[in-house]
Amino acid sequence: MTALAVRDLSKSFGGLRVTTNVNLAVEPGERRLIIGPNGAGKTTLFNLITGELRPDSGSIQLFGQDITGAATRKRAHLGMARTYQIITLFPRDTILRNAMLALLGLSPLRWNPWLPLHRQQHLLDEAHAALGRVGLDRIAERPLAETSYGEKRRVEIAMALAQNPKVLLLDEPFAGLSIDERRDVSRLLAAIPREVTIVMIEHDMDTALDLADRITLLHFGEVIVEGTRAEVVANPRTREVYLGE
Amino acid sequence: MTFWVLLTVNSVTFGGLLFLLSAGFSLIFGLMRIPNLTHGSMFMLGAYLGTTFFSGALGFTVNFWVGAILTGLEVAILGALMERLLLRRLAGQQLAQVLVTLGVSFMVADFCLMGWGGDPISVATPAGLGGFVRVGAAAAPLYRLAIIVIAVIFAIALWLMLERTRLGAMIRAGVDDPQMARVVGIRVSQLFTLVFGLGAGLAGFAGVIGSPILSVYPGLDQDMLPLALVVVILGGTGSLLGSFVGSIIVGFIYNFGQALVPELAYFILFLPMVLVLVLRPQGLFGGQVL
Amino acid sequence: MIGRNLAIAAAIIALAAVPYAIREPYYVNVASQILLYAIFALGLNILVGYAGLVSLGHAGLFGVASYAVASLLAAGFGHTIAIVGALVVGLTFTAGFAALALRATGISFIMITLALGEILWGLAYRWISLTNGDNGINVSGRPKPFGIALTSANAFYDATLIIFLVAVAAVAIFVRSPFGATLCGTRDQPRRMNALGYHVWMIRFGAFMFSGLLTSVAGVLFVYYNEFISPQTLALTASAEALLMVISGGAGTLLGPIVGAALVVIMKNVVSAYVVRWNFMLGAIFVAIVIFMPEGLVPGAARLFRSAVRMMSRSKPVPVVERMS
Repeated sequence: MTALAVRDLSKSFGGLRVTTNVNLAVEPGERRLIIGPNGAGKTTLFNLITGELRPDSGSIQLFGQDITGAATRKRAHLGMARTYQIITLFPRDTILRNAMLALLGLSPLRWNPWLPLHRQQHLLDEAHAALGRVGLDRIAERPLAETSYGEKRRVEIAMALAQNPKVLLLDEPFAGLSIDERRDVSRLLAAIPREVTIVMIEHDMDTALDLADRITLLHFGEVIVEGTRAEVVANPRTREVYLGE
Repeated sequence: MTFWVLLTVNSVTFGGLLFLLSAGFSLIFGLMRIPNLTHGSMFMLGAYLGTTFFSGALGFTVNFWVGAILTGLEVAILGALMERLLLRRLAGQQLAQVLVTLGVSFMVADFCLMGWGGDPISVATPAGLGGFVRVGAAAAPLYRLAIIVIAVIFAIALWLMLERTRLGAMIRAGVDDPQMARVVGIRVSQLFTLVFGLGAGLAGFAGVIGSPILSVYPGLDQDMLPLALVVVILGGTGSLLGSFVGSIIVGFIYNFGQALVPELAYFILFLPMVLVLVLRPQGLFGGQVL
Repeated sequence: MIGRNLAIAAAIIALAAVPYAIREPYYVNVASQILLYAIFALGLNILVGYAGLVSLGHAGLFGVASYAVASLLAAGFGHTIAIVGALVVGLTFTAGFAALALRATGISFIMITLALGEILWGLAYRWISLTNGDNGINVSGRPKPFGIALTSANAFYDATLIIFLVAVAAVAIFVRSPFGATLCGTRDQPRRMNALGYHVWMIRFGAFMFSGLLTSVAGVLFVYYNEFISPQTLALTASAEALLMVISGGAGTLLGPIVGAALVVIMKNVVSAYVVRWNFMLGAIFVAIVIFMPEGLVPGAARLFRSAVRMMSRSKPVPVVERMS
């Protein structure tokens, strides 16, 4: 059973087709890289997969379960997590609090209006553990506003991992990072266990190619090439897409 | 029969007056993306300033029409100053700007109370328009018909300005896409000041024009502002045609409502506004969603 | 921790001592007003400060509860039924408000709530057979909880104080709870909250209902305080004043709405005796706060205090901390 199956997915905005008959089959534990020039529709595809956008036609299945009509929050409960290209963290809170919010999302505790949140020890411990996985536990109490961009990127990833996802969607996790930061994040991602299936959009091919098992090349919302790294690199259409700009 | 004819005339008149009030509101909302909560205050302030011109308190009486135009200019300048000194500091922060307009509305209301006292002031119909005109079997007040004519003149003038002048093109560009307008070199912040002043001036002018019918009293701002809101929501922000059609519709709902179902008058006025906001936020004619 | 508990205890004692420190019933009544409007402001703040939804129609909900009490009493029911009925009516209208207004956020939300408040005001003003229109409805007598009469200013103040303290405790617990944190999350990043598995609409609805509950309680207190209700209580100016209270004190804080309520009530009742143009001043103060101290008086004062402390303990002057946007 595929972890994530996208079949004939299409989406138009008015007259503009942004996604055209996209087919994707990601196996459990796979690391899939989605590449393509600017405007190829990569983030749109993610938005369709997470449900933030409704497709015009096609279907999406998560471990065999049809989620095409499911609300975004339901998909989170079914094991889908994502990070965003633009940092969308909670600016007024500490890093720890950000992590706790990520954990609460799947917990029935989130509806409770009387217990004091800061005394929920198990939640605090889990949040610390989530931050520990990205190496930020020692600055857990720091307000987000006082962290560096690289640290914020890692918080994004920590929050997604905190949801214990089955499928992790990473939207340009290396965007804006320095060489050292890229290396750290790369190591981080490589350390994620194979229980988690990863689909990653990335522009910076140098760092991303090492992590990928298979690569899908998108252009103008269509899948142009798909295969292993070697296959994609060898395919003449790949060059066309990037050099024909 | 006469009852219905007069009710219709009054509705169209009121619609015309509302158009003068709401056109500015709609432009401001469309361009700056904020509901200007001082708009009712500008209407009232204009009405009060007009009474000073007409009452002879300045040592001489001013012709009604001259007074109306002068008042419009005065309020326009005040509006432009308000935008320049207060709103521009909060550029990009729509919520803060709305709150500032709220605070200023308190200030203007109290200022009027201070300047002109708490008693309602009635304003005489301008010379020559005090008579009646036969409309079918009914006798419609001439001044009310005059207001309709004025509203139409201004509607045409505004339309010409928006469609045929460079300024109008810049305003339309700003309404459609402010980011793009800036990129193309349009000085959006100066445009804001101009449009805010224009809107305020129109409201002030409308206040004077309306004063022979509505008279001038504390609370006039609270009575007019919600109506402008309903017009613009129904008609769509930034749309002149929408303001025109919306004003007529609201004029009818308001007058017929008061006459036929007085208990539910406000209900039937605001319910469409709520429904539009909930179901079709861009209004009947507007293009952009709030 | 001990310091904070001591401060709270001291505040409660100080508040309880007010009627004895201030002998004049007029000022004790002003204090009662501050407390009941503070409950109103706390209720509005749940939406404005914590949910990030600005309502300009809350006076409608406030007034609906007042009218419910007055009408039920006029119909011959006892105080218990009147109060419980008012809360039920208030919550029902709140649910209606929420169902309509939560279709939107931002400026649209403001406009929908404004319109809904105007609808309620219009009904109070025009549906004369139901509400007596502009003449209002008189309320002839206050309840006697446990047999204690609340007719004197002091007694009413004490009752109001107890309810106020319960309300503050409720809000404090709410804000510190998981639901409270969730609500703040929907204010700051609604899109992300959605992706994290939260039901954003339902969260906002729940917050709206809590806000409506507090507002209704305040409305009930108000009509017993005033012993009269008229459409003016539901007017747009009243909703605007409530918003002034929340924003001037500091939205999204616990103390802010209380301070804001005190500011507005004192201006209305006390300052107005000395300064005729208090409405003008209120508007001017509000504009000044929005421009220069947008986080509100309470956080603003705390910020100034902190930078003053910092300035005094350093040799080099430190620039005032940038305003939070």
